[in-house]
Amino acid sequence: MPDSKKTFQLDDREVPFREGQTIFDAAMAAGIFIPHLCHNPDFEPHSSCRLCTVIVNGRPFASCTQPAVAGQMVQSNTPELRDMRRMLTQMLFVEGNHNCPGCIKSGHCRLQATAYELGIPDNHYQQFFPLREVDASHPGIILDRDRCILCGLCVRISRSVDKKNVFAMTGRGIDTTIVVDSPSGLLVDSTVSVDDQAVLNCPVGALMLKRMAFDVPFGDRTYDQALYSEDSVARFQATEANRHG
Amino acid sequence: MADAKKKVTVATCSLAGCFGCHMSLLDIDERLIALLELVEFDRSPINDIKEISPSVDVGLIEGGVCNAENVHVLRQFRASCRVLVAVGECAATGGVPAMRNHYTLKECLQEAYVRGIGVAGAEIPSDPELPLLLDKVQPLHHVVKVDYTLPGCPPSADVFWMFLTDLIAGRDPVLPPSLIRYD
Repeated sequence: MPDSKKTFQLDDREVPFREGQTIFDAAMAAGIFIPHLCHNPDFEPHSSCRLCTVIVNGRPFASCTQPAVAGQMVQSNTPELRDMRRMLTQMLFVEGNHNCPGCIKSGHCRLQATAYELGIPDNHYQQFFPLREVDASHPGIILDRDRCILCGLCVRISRSVDKKNVFAMTGRGIDTTIVVDSPSGLLVDSTVSVDDQAVLNCPVGALMLKRMAFDVPFGDRTYDQALYSEDSVARFQATEANRHG
Repeated sequence: MADAKKKVTVATCSLAGCFGCHMSLLDIDERLIALLELVEFDRSPINDIKEISPSVDVGLIEGGVCNAENVHVLRQFRASCRVLVAVGECAATGGVPAMRNHYTLKECLQEAYVRGIGVAGAEIPSDPELPLLLDKVQPLHHVVKVDYTLPGCPPSADVFWMFLTDLIAGRDPVLPPSLIRYD
């Protein structure tokens, strides 16, 4: 109970938090959305995409890993941070091959939904048009590296939840890519399966189940129905309620 | 002021596009009548005028840039238009035609004209009247400065309507998230 008295200031609101809770979790529990892509609140945070960056007492921190501290002053919804989030999202779009009109993840995609909500009409920067490999070798799963944003969720989930270590990242900087742990380097020869959480939780269309593409028609999809922020906060609060009652 | 002389001039064209964006513009339905009170079309497939006038208020360009003629038309539009608008995903990102960027131009031509199923008398077209293809398909902003982008494949009729009425009324057109779609 005394914990519930602890608060920090987020923009113009006092936000309560539990000891050890991150700024991100406390904000989402209070119904305040902070944009994020590499983080899925159901799994351990990673703080690599920097979309959830907030200013804490004048310095930038990734809110998904930064613990909340009583009395700290946090800024999130400022023009500068919104601009930074737009730039980061546009850079993610141009460094891959994100062809929304031709993508079966369209409408379920968190990169797309994030860009919608940040009000991004174009990519602004020069497109890289990189050459990346598509791995369609597996009978039930496709790995389309063109759409990968290197958030590392599949790597983390395969390691810590599926206990398989199917995915890893290799290369550095702009040459970073997802690789598969199998003798041939192909999904078909790996231990991956269609019920792996690593496959089911890809935020973009990089890892997808085959033959499921049009189960839900365009227009009726997750982010056709709700804003990413609303959907994300609602799911977070439902999970919290389950965990903590 | 419904003075006919003060109508805003609008030119439109499709480069490496499918004319779907133009169809979506027509999809504003009866609002076309109201729009025609406000604008006068310059070069456009709607009136079949072939050359753009030297001074046009708004240029709407659908499709990306895939050949030398596209580059020429795009530069003409940029030189003539006060406001140049990239319309749709192909103009904004290269879109579906840019999927050929994964392959060399030679591979694409051979697939279509030499190795293609049912091809008879296989030959890569080389008539001098045909515009030369670019090595890679490019979005408009790789070639000229673009002032606004209407996202969508195609942008919905409401996007066209909101954008044009805002622009004509002198407001800076900013699309709300509900009108921003890339598919």
